[in-house]
Amino acid sequence: MSEANLTMGHGAGVMEDRPFAIPSKKLVMWLFIISDACTFGAMLFAYGYVRNAAPDWPHHFETSSIINVALMTFILVTSSLTMLIGTRAAKAGDKAGAIRFTFVTVVLGLVFAALHLREWSSMIHEGVSLFQNPWGAPLFGASFFGITGLHLAHVISGAIALTVVALGYKRGRYNADDIEIWSLYWHFVDLVWMFVVPMVYLLNVAQ
Amino acid sequence: MSAEGSLKTDLMVYAAILVMAGVQIFMAYHSPGVIRMLVVAAIQAFLAVMFFMHLRDEKPTLRIALIPATLFVLVMMNMVWADSFRLISMKPFPK
Repeated sequence: MSEANLTMGHGAGVMEDRPFAIPSKKLVMWLFIISDACTFGAMLFAYGYVRNAAPDWPHHFETSSIINVALMTFILVTSSLTMLIGTRAAKAGDKAGAIRFTFVTVVLGLVFAALHLREWSSMIHEGVSLFQNPWGAPLFGASFFGITGLHLAHVISGAIALTVVALGYKRGRYNADDIEIWSLYWHFVDLVWMFVVPMVYLLNVAQ
Repeated sequence: MSAEGSLKTDLMVYAAILVMAGVQIFMAYHSPGVIRMLVVAAIQAFLAVMFFMHLRDEKPTLRIALIPATLFVLVMMNMVWADSFRLISMKPFPK
């Protein structure tokens, strides 16, 4: 076998089997997810650092805020379930079911975003901003809005991406694999929320 | 996604994740502790990755490629804690 064939990879017999046995787009999504996991990890570690080092870190989340967070968690985890059902439908060839459940997921994501923005609005009204915090450590505002804002950006961009993919799937531009690949992203957004809730909210409950 | 798993499994995992979220809220009021809460979150994340994202159905090579590297990076980030404790208890400029 010539070196040219090996380097150019034109001979079918020369090519290795795919080591992970998944489409390259799916592998790219997994690589994006692990890099994003490290980004969120770094932000949560930074949050833990400033929280640990600040003697006047505020514990101000009242029961009403925690009820709101519980509702947001319920909505986001439920959206993961609807995304699972949509993916399963796409794999089974049920195009209408896949599109319907993907759009249910998008709507749930938008409800989550609306609840989050309502909470932000309430906190901003109370005087919390990126650079000031009436309850104590000024870095609270920057870290709170930084982490929840990055997560919210993921939810909104995920809702847009799922809408584009579902419409493309309806028109035949995308296939069931694309629905599944974007469902991975959506589940990851759900997974990150599972760490944001205890770190940012539950450890700062007003007792 | 392979054909493994079923809607019943998905529903059980969904319920388990919600129950654990409820446990975290209970802990926040009765026995708050960062380690305990993060352990519960890690179990939730494990269920989400394995069942919702179907990593358990993929080839072991994919799991080996993804999980250890990610955990290594996240574990190495833990070196910040010593410095955060120094700030609050040792004072860089003692009087």
